[in-house]
Amino acid sequence: MKRFGGPVLFLDRDDINTDEIIPARYLTEITKGDLKPYILEDLKLTGFDPKGPKTKEARVIVSRANFGCGSSREHAPWVLEVNGITAVIAESFARIFRQNMFNCGMAAIELPKDKIDKIFHYAECSDASIEIDIEGQQIIVKGSGSEEKFQLDMSPFDKALVMAGGWVDYADRNY
Amino acid sequence: MGKTTAEKIFDEHLVDEPFPGSKVLRLDVVMCHEITTPIAIADLMSRGKDRVFDNSKIKAVIDHVTPSKDSKTATQAKILRDWARRQGIKDFFDVGANGVCHALFPEKGFIRPGYTVIMGDSHTCTHGAFGAFAAGVGTTDLEVGILKGVCAFREPKTIRINLSGKIPKGVFAKDIILYVIGQLGVNGATDCVLEFRGPVVDGMTMDSRMTLSNMAIEAGGTSGICMPDMVTVDYLWPFIEKDYISKAAALEDFRKWWSDDDAVYEKVLDFDVSDLVPLVTYGYKPDLVKPVTELEGTIVDQVYVGSCTNGRLEDLRVAASILKGKKIAPNVRGILSPATPKVFQEAISEGIIDIFMEAGFCVTNPTCGACLGMSTGVLAEGEVCAATTNRNFAGRMGKGGMVHLMSPACSAATAIEGKIADPRKYLP
Ligand code: SF4
Repeated sequence: MKRFGGPVLFLDRDDINTDEIIPARYLTEITKGDLKPYILEDLKLTGFDPKGPKTKEARVIVSRANFGCGSSREHAPWVLEVNGITAVIAESFARIFRQNMFNCGMAAIELPKDKIDKIFHYAECSDASIEIDIEGQQIIVKGSGSEEKFQLDMSPFDKALVMAGGWVDYADRNY
Repeated sequence: MGKTTAEKIFDEHLVDEPFPGSKVLRLDVVMCHEITTPIAIADLMSRGKDRVFDNSKIKAVIDHVTPSKDSKTATQAKILRDWARRQGIKDFFDVGANGVCHALFPEKGFIRPGYTVIMGDSHTCTHGAFGAFAAGVGTTDLEVGILKGVCAFREPKTIRINLSGKIPKGVFAKDIILYVIGQLGVNGATDCVLEFRGPVVDGMTMDSRMTLSNMAIEAGGTSGICMPDMVTVDYLWPFIEKDYISKAAALEDFRKWWSDDDAVYEKVLDFDVSDLVPLVTYGYKPDLVKPVTELEGTIVDQVYVGSCTNGRLEDLRVAASILKGKKIAPNVRGILSPATPKVFQEAISEGIIDIFMEAGFCVTNPTCGACLGMSTGVLAEGEVCAATTNRNFAGRMGKGGMVHLMSPACSAATAIEGKIADPRKYLP
């Protein structure tokens, strides 16, 4: 099973939509890899630089409510995946984006607002990182020498999809 | 305990419940377009599974960029076209016969009450207007749908929206749904089905109901469902007359999909539309709505009439009633995209296209085009567009561009004045 975790990209805003994650003008690409340079290109967020080092290093995104709203485009999880980001942790997700993540064997992790607030405290740490343990159902947040654990509450089906490596393999085996 | 329409459809289509609350459903229709399907096709091929579960249940259209504008979009179209031929998909709509998916497929009679429908497109919720469970999905769900004819969903919760009162002058289905989204917020219906009920919905045409259902996703909703009644029967009659001895018999059959009176809802919201005014969005989220009176005077560079929300005949008719005999302002580019060839032809025979063209509009072929900033009306940096579409995200119609969502009537008034304008003064 693939390893989840690494440096964190904090996106401190509600309602980050799929057009911001990958604009429609790039949907004419027909391989996932071609999407790579366009990650978060239209994101409206003060101080955020889509081409900056934080975006390049990130393996996990932490954000607020309703992440991934808007279009059904799976190009949104794909552009994250080809940039090495395989997990998003947020207060809530739009349904299609969340399903797309699990369908691709990636993790869309929902945590209550107070826990997300706590994780955002690490946004100041230059070395913030998160380890995700799907089987153990917990995440470990680290930064500036301190460390905190949070329990996950992932639905068994979502967990099964992540473990199976995605929905196509799962469905092919079962239906 | 009673059941909602969505619960009834889920029960009838249940294939498996691998874990409590996660339901795998059998699909009646899988719809495909050229933006999200080619990668599914490529993946199926690479897995050595280039098959479809049932080619009569798959419907495909090239609609987002058509005719192709460059070699990349031509390649996407070709992948879909070749696949449709290879798989013997007879309901495939190419240049000349194509139009915006969520306007074209209902028109072809592909949707029936009680159906399960998926497409790799978020506005698939539109088809719920027929009393179906129709949901937008990503490419992987679509791929599995194509291959196996199944899709997994969480157990649906339903928010019932009761719409009562008398629709005032200048207010249309678009204003009503913008109001509902404003009340719910952009994630107010996540993981829920929106059920549109009440005398206002009963009195609506299918075109208007599709406008309501179309924007359920803008509140995060999985599907937007209307109860199938005589209006639904009348619309579908040419396609179902062989299946029923009479319209009354069809209605009787459709009634079984109605939510039971004692169904359990997540929430029930009552809205009286009598005091509504025309609404317009501001900012970059569809729940940011204001009365047109508060945005009146905002200069626009382009007015766009079209899309799966408001590109149907009824929409064109009302816009034309305002544009008739008038010219659009010199600072404005007017673009009309009739949603389907049938809408286009009917608009020609009713003289609607003449009115638009006399007013100074450019009329494009049926396509999504500008709605998602891909062709036929992309905005430049800093430009503002008044649009009858459904999404006002930053850059949606072109990088650095801004979109104000509104009804076709409001867009026509806005085109005439070159700035956001109240349609009520132009209506009888
Ligand atoms: S008209 Fe716009 S919203 Fe509708 S399917 Fe086309 S791109 Fe999507």
